[in-house]
Amino acid sequence: MKKPLIYLGLASFIAVVTSVVYKIVKALSTNCDIAEQSSNYVCNFVLFYSGGQLGVEQGKLIILAFSLMLIVVVPVITMAIVFPLWYSSKNKNEYKPDWSHSTIIEIFSWGIPILIILVLGYTTYITSHSMDPRRSLVGKYENTKKEELVIQAVAMDWKWVFFYPKQDIATVNEIAIPINTPIKFLITSDTVMNSFFIPELGGQIYAMGGMENRLHLISKREKIMRGISSHYSGFGFAGMRFKVISTSDSGFENWVNKVKQSPVKFDQSAYSRLRGKQTKDHKVEYFSDIIDNEQFENIIRKYLKTH
Amino acid sequence: MSRRPTNIVTEPHWLFGKLNLDIFPMATDPIVLVTFIVVAIGAISLLGFITYKRWWGYLWKEWLTTVDHKKIGIMYIIVALVMLLRGFADAILMRTHQALATSSTFGSGYLPPEHYDQVFTAHAVIMIFFVATPLVSGLWNLIVPLQIGARDVAFPFLNNIALWFFVAGAMLINASLFIGEFGSVGWLAYPPLSGIEFSPWVGVDYWIWSLQISGIGTTLTSVNFIATILRMRAPGMNLMKMPIFCWTTLSTASIGAVIFPILTVAIALLTLDRYVGTHFFTNELGGNQMMWVNLIWAWGHPEVYFLVLPAFGVFAEIVPVFSRKKLFGYTGFVLATACIALLSFLVWLHHFFTMGSGSSVNAFFGIATMTIAIPTGVKIFNWLFTMYKGRVELTASMYWTIVFLITFTVGGMTGVMLSIPAADFVLHNSLFLIAHFHNTIIGGAIFGYLAGITYWFPKATGIKLNETMGKASAVLWCSGFFVAFIPIYALGFMGVTRRLNYYDNPEWAPYFITATFGVLLIAGGIGLNFLNFAYSLWKKDEPENIDEIGDPWDGRTLEWATSSPPAFYNFAKIPHVNELDDWHHKKQNGVAYQPIKNYERIHMPANTVAGPIIGVLSLVFGFAFVWHVWWLVILTFVSMISAFIWHNVFAVKDYYVEIDEIKAIEEKWQKKIKKALSKKAEV
Repeated sequence: MKKPLIYLGLASFIAVVTSVVYKIVKALSTNCDIAEQSSNYVCNFVLFYSGGQLGVEQGKLIILAFSLMLIVVVPVITMAIVFPLWYSSKNKNEYKPDWSHSTIIEIFSWGIPILIILVLGYTTYITSHSMDPRRSLVGKYENTKKEELVIQAVAMDWKWVFFYPKQDIATVNEIAIPINTPIKFLITSDTVMNSFFIPELGGQIYAMGGMENRLHLISKREKIMRGISSHYSGFGFAGMRFKVISTSDSGFENWVNKVKQSPVKFDQSAYSRLRGKQTKDHKVEYFSDIIDNEQFENIIRKYLKTH
Repeated sequence: MSRRPTNIVTEPHWLFGKLNLDIFPMATDPIVLVTFIVVAIGAISLLGFITYKRWWGYLWKEWLTTVDHKKIGIMYIIVALVMLLRGFADAILMRTHQALATSSTFGSGYLPPEHYDQVFTAHAVIMIFFVATPLVSGLWNLIVPLQIGARDVAFPFLNNIALWFFVAGAMLINASLFIGEFGSVGWLAYPPLSGIEFSPWVGVDYWIWSLQISGIGTTLTSVNFIATILRMRAPGMNLMKMPIFCWTTLSTASIGAVIFPILTVAIALLTLDRYVGTHFFTNELGGNQMMWVNLIWAWGHPEVYFLVLPAFGVFAEIVPVFSRKKLFGYTGFVLATACIALLSFLVWLHHFFTMGSGSSVNAFFGIATMTIAIPTGVKIFNWLFTMYKGRVELTASMYWTIVFLITFTVGGMTGVMLSIPAADFVLHNSLFLIAHFHNTIIGGAIFGYLAGITYWFPKATGIKLNETMGKASAVLWCSGFFVAFIPIYALGFMGVTRRLNYYDNPEWAPYFITATFGVLLIAGGIGLNFLNFAYSLWKKDEPENIDEIGDPWDGRTLEWATSSPPAFYNFAKIPHVNELDDWHHKKQNGVAYQPIKNYERIHMPANTVAGPIIGVLSLVFGFAFVWHVWWLVILTFVSMISAFIWHNVFAVKDYYVEIDEIKAIEEKWQKKIKKALSKKAEV
């Protein structure tokens, strides 16, 4: 009676596994850098199809850790299902009620996890240094420029204010970056804690009042990306997004010129207006000039008074 | 539909504090209104029913003032399960909201951020502090003294008071739903957001006082169980002959006694920031927010081991009993438990790799974190090889164990992935992280507690739970978990962050919608749990459900050597322990159930009136503090101290149980044993 059911179950299991494997193979062959393929749904998995140099490495690291863990996880899950069924009291298989020690098994049950963690620990030590996002990326990758572009980012309730000190422009909730150029983000907060994160490019770093944090990224893909705050910061948190225009050198120059056209300058009143009021889903703003050359530093200094 | 009134009172009135008539969210929020009506009807009918049945005297004498660890354990578990419903209702709100929260297809959900942000904060706080933590305390209370052959815990009065502190905290957090607001700051209330500047009203104060009061209860419980296990074991039971659940309890209680004071101090400093105007954790005047983050995680990380180690202990009890085989590698298991307890203190920084510590600091904490996978892996092999060459009976408890092994292993794997700092920079704060800790807390801790409740239910009540419903519940919970959280893992890989009130990418919506179906499956599992309690209690007279002699599973440890439920003094004669799994060996050697020849008077702790009174006062104290009603704060504080002094100076603290009473109880049980044993012999 039960046999057809088992066969049916097996068949559907094999069908599911085959289709999953097929999808994975197809997904692996997708290149999200090519415009035609970038609409494929797998390109949504930005951590594995990263548009940033550092992000690509981070995606690989996640897959490495995942694969290493599977060495233990697959046998454990198999045993967790097979042992209770095979040694079920109905089956009357071998029974040793007082057997509770085996040096061989103990060696394996301590040894295999230790070996895996040794490998992973080594990888962790190396990558903690080599992939530290606070480390400059100048000269790390081939075909990337030798000069960094500096962008200062300030978290406010609930928007991101950006300064381009060299270009002498400021924006709210939008940045443009040239591809294959090391970008140095200097990050702070003029409100509560936030975390500056462009998932498609690589790591995040926290923005905190009175402190300057650093984040280095390189984009390799021309695309409009999503930038977010990933640390909850209050009622307008979900709308605290910014647009990241990753573009060619000329596209970047055009964008800078567009911002330069803006009639508004970033002065004390602009600062007070942005800082003074909590806003949700704040619109993009451009400022053609930063009046205070130390605007970013002054926002940090504001919190360093101790009395 | 904002839940915060437009004119909040920040300058307290001398009599009413910040209380006024605008503070009831029911007036503006239909969801809270419906909840309020349901809760009010439920509460009134329950209180009416108790009054109608004239149960108040019985409740007061037998339950509320009791120092009997078994009853205290049952009360912990009941309140925790009620709070589970509250926390799970929050989960349903969040999942359905997020399924509808992509603006381009459905609009932006149905909860405004002012409400939604309270919901996710309350969900986490309730699940960790008022479901998982009390289930740990509940299981300890129910079982540990029985397993070590003791008659009660070391400090029975403290045990009662700890229970009422926990209940007061739970009541306070529930009060926030109907009076004022709850914090909307995330469950760990990171300053400066939780400071007075950014959270000017009472939400964070509710958070502070409900955790402060219940946290003191947990400290007391931890101290109590360390003392109980170290000092009150039956003669002959040295530490390495102790049941494994007691070992995990000892390790966990040691963690608890160290970390909960940290929480108390951290919250006290935040209280000063909010009430007095100091700047420990705010941006101004040299305050440093990272100090809070360090303190709170120095508590918070060991806390997750506080939650999961007892669950490990539960499984290490269940697997040998239902495999009819000794636990594989007892010594290794004890070692692994102690390792985890120690390592749990060395890893807190992995919660904020992304805040900008140096590469070397990150590397140290990353490697320390993944080291914990080693002893945890050892434990998993211990369970597996206990089943190997055993005679496994696939009872409901074993179902929980198997779904645990599958789910928890996946959770461990994702945990190791998160522990690599370089990878954590893209995974931190994402939904991947959310899926990971639900994976370990549901798949590890909650499955463990439910297994424990299934396994020890007959010991607590004398009735077995329905097996079919138990198994169905385990399967529903497990499948629901994967349907709900695999999409959440996937969303994490898409760079979706946590705590979003709405999102602008419609391609994420299918994943959120799938997750909602998973939550419905889990709801089925929870429903079956409760149905099972009700059904089993309803069918309590069916002979196959009754646990006649107190050993329904052919258990191996001392709790099964008592009747079910055990007499209030547990053991008429304290057993002498010769080896590990002593009860199993006594049965094997035919020396179990020996009638007692000479009874002796038993010295027992007396019920306490001060405990529940201090509990109620602490609730009013917390409420008054939240609303800045200073005269009431002083009044309740002085009363609490007075009640405590009164208890210590004047109250009757102990008494003797006379031989006649013991004899009557024991002979009744002996008769049942004789009948059951002769029935067994016939078969």
